[in-house]
Formats: sequence, C-alpha cells, structure tokens
Amino acid sequence: MIRTKLEGGVLEIELCREPLNEIGTEMLGALEKVDLGGARAVVLHSSLRQGFCAGADLRELYHAGKGMKPAERRKGVREFLGRIHAFLNRLDEAPVPTVAAVHGAVFGGGLELALACDLIVADRSTRFAFPELRLGLVPGFGGIPRLKRDVPNSLVRDLLFTGRSINAEKALQAGLVSQVVAEGQALRAARATAAQMAKFDPATAAAAKRFVKPFPRAELEKEMELFLELFERPVVQDALRKFVEDKGPMPYLP
Amino acid sequence: MRTQEQTESELLDLAAAHFKADRKTLRPEDDIFEKLGIDSLQALELLTRLERHFGVELPDYELQGVSDFRTLAERIFVRL
Repeated sequence: MIRTKLEGGVLEIELCREPLNEIGTEMLGALEKVDLGGARAVVLHSSLRQGFCAGADLRELYHAGKGMKPAERRKGVREFLGRIHAFLNRLDEAPVPTVAAVHGAVFGGGLELALACDLIVADRSTRFAFPELRLGLVPGFGGIPRLKRDVPNSLVRDLLFTGRSINAEKALQAGLVSQVVAEGQALRAARATAAQMAKFDPATAAAAKRFVKPFPRAELEKEMELFLELFERPVVQDALRKFVEDKGPMPYLP
Repeated sequence: MRTQEQTESELLDLAAAHFKADRKTLRPEDDIFEKLGIDSLQALELLTRLERHFGVELPDYELQGVSDFRTLAERIFVRL
C-alpha cells in the first residue's frame, strides 16, 4: 500500500494501492505510520500506472456508512477527517521541503494530498480535479484553503464549481505546479529537485519554509465543518450510491 | 485552419495510435468506449492527448453524453 525509502537524505513515500491509491482507513493507517524524521527532503509519488491518487475511498465511505444511524455516521466521518487532517498538517508543516511527483489522475483527496506538499512536479499526462461538488460535497481534506493559498481565486472557483479537470500545462500556468515534464519523468525530476533542496542547511530551509508557507489553520477547520454539514444530506448519500453502483465505463457524476 | 472533417480524421488517427486500434476499422459514428474498449481513466488520457494535439481546453462536462467520435470532433472543432 505504501513503501518508503530513505536515500541520500531524501525520503521517498511510494503509494501503491490498487486501483488508484484511494484513501480509506487502511491507506490512512499506512500514511500515519510514515516517519518523516531523518529526512532532509521528501518525495511523495505513486507507482501505479493510472495515476497519483483518486482521492477518498468513496466505496468504503458509502458501504461503511450505509447501515449506520446519521449520528454514528457523522462521528465516524469526523474521526476519519480528523486523522487525515492530522497527517496532512504534519506533511504541510514538515520542517523539510516536500515534493509531490504526480501523473495521471490527481483527483479530490489526491489533489489535497499533493497540495500539502511544498512543490508539485507533474508529467504531461496529469489531470487535476476537485469533483466533490458533483457529489453534493466540498473537498474535506483541506483542499480548498490549500488551493487558495497557491492559485488565483478564479481558478479555485472554476475547479470547485464545475468539477472539471485541468491538464498539467494549465496547472503550471496557474502556479499550482512548479514543473511539467515528459510522461513518466515526474519521479526523476522530483528526485533531482529534492536532492538539490536537501543540500542546504536544514535549519535555514526550515526557517525559510516557516516564513514563506502560511498554514491556514482556521480555514482548514472551517472546511471540515462545512464538509460534515453537507455530508449528512440525502442528496449526498444518493449521489454516493449512484456513483458506487454505476458499473459503466464512466461512473455516475452529474 | 482545420475543417470539421480534418478534425474528425485527426481525432480518429490519434485515438487509433494511442489505444493501438486499427485505424481502418474506426468510423466517425462508432461508439468511442465500445470501439476502443476504454474506461473512465483511459477517457481522461484521451482528453489530455486531444487537448495537447489540438491546443484547446476541453472541459469534462462538455464531453458528458458524448459517445461517438463525430460528436467529440464537433466539440473540439468549436473550440479551435
């Protein structure tokens, strides 16, 4: 599900859960165990051909919550969100530089994961999307405040309100991505970038990061509350059911 | 400036090359998913290839309900 490798001061975190690194309780448990200590830079990547990460495990979310009473379901979702926020906050505020090497689908929670990193290196096959509104939700892993931190609000509105995906070149123009490379080359470029960043004095790198990377704590909490408020509505449960039950080549999304 | 027919033909060339299909068997009225045997993730790959090849942006929602190559070519053509 997750493999880690520390080499030359660079910690590589490899996501490898079929079909597309969906973040459910197991994946979250594996992420929580990742120790960033000892690293001077971090690279996060996926070894799956299809892409980086498709986001939250909607099938698990739907099936786990199906037999529960609303209060119980809300409690479970809150607990899960609290844990994923704790991990992403740890990654976001890590005292070392972090790079997400992405390709293919970087959707929903996958984009939220990449956004917690300091830099995103994308190959030309990459597509970024926040499809949550198509299911009656907003991103819940801290994606809105983190996206707002990096790109113009017009693009935040575009991605959120339409649920559409954008390619790597568009993401580069908007400042979401720092480098675009040829297909299959994101990890190589991210390794080179991390190795460069790992050369510098760690205390200086940590101080520079604290100085230039704002941490939107209040907004992250607000987003979580908004997600929980929206999640309980029948329209969301109905959309999740349609999405999970759709076996067609294009799963249901309005 | 491409014509609609050229757009259609280039789309078929590109789909055949990317998904290793026999170009001679692809027709504009064919169902894209059925003919190429692709899923939603592969459809995204195609979308990215098309955007790069034609130099346009194709929002996913514009492609909803589009199942054949001819209609897809029309959606591309209006953005050229």
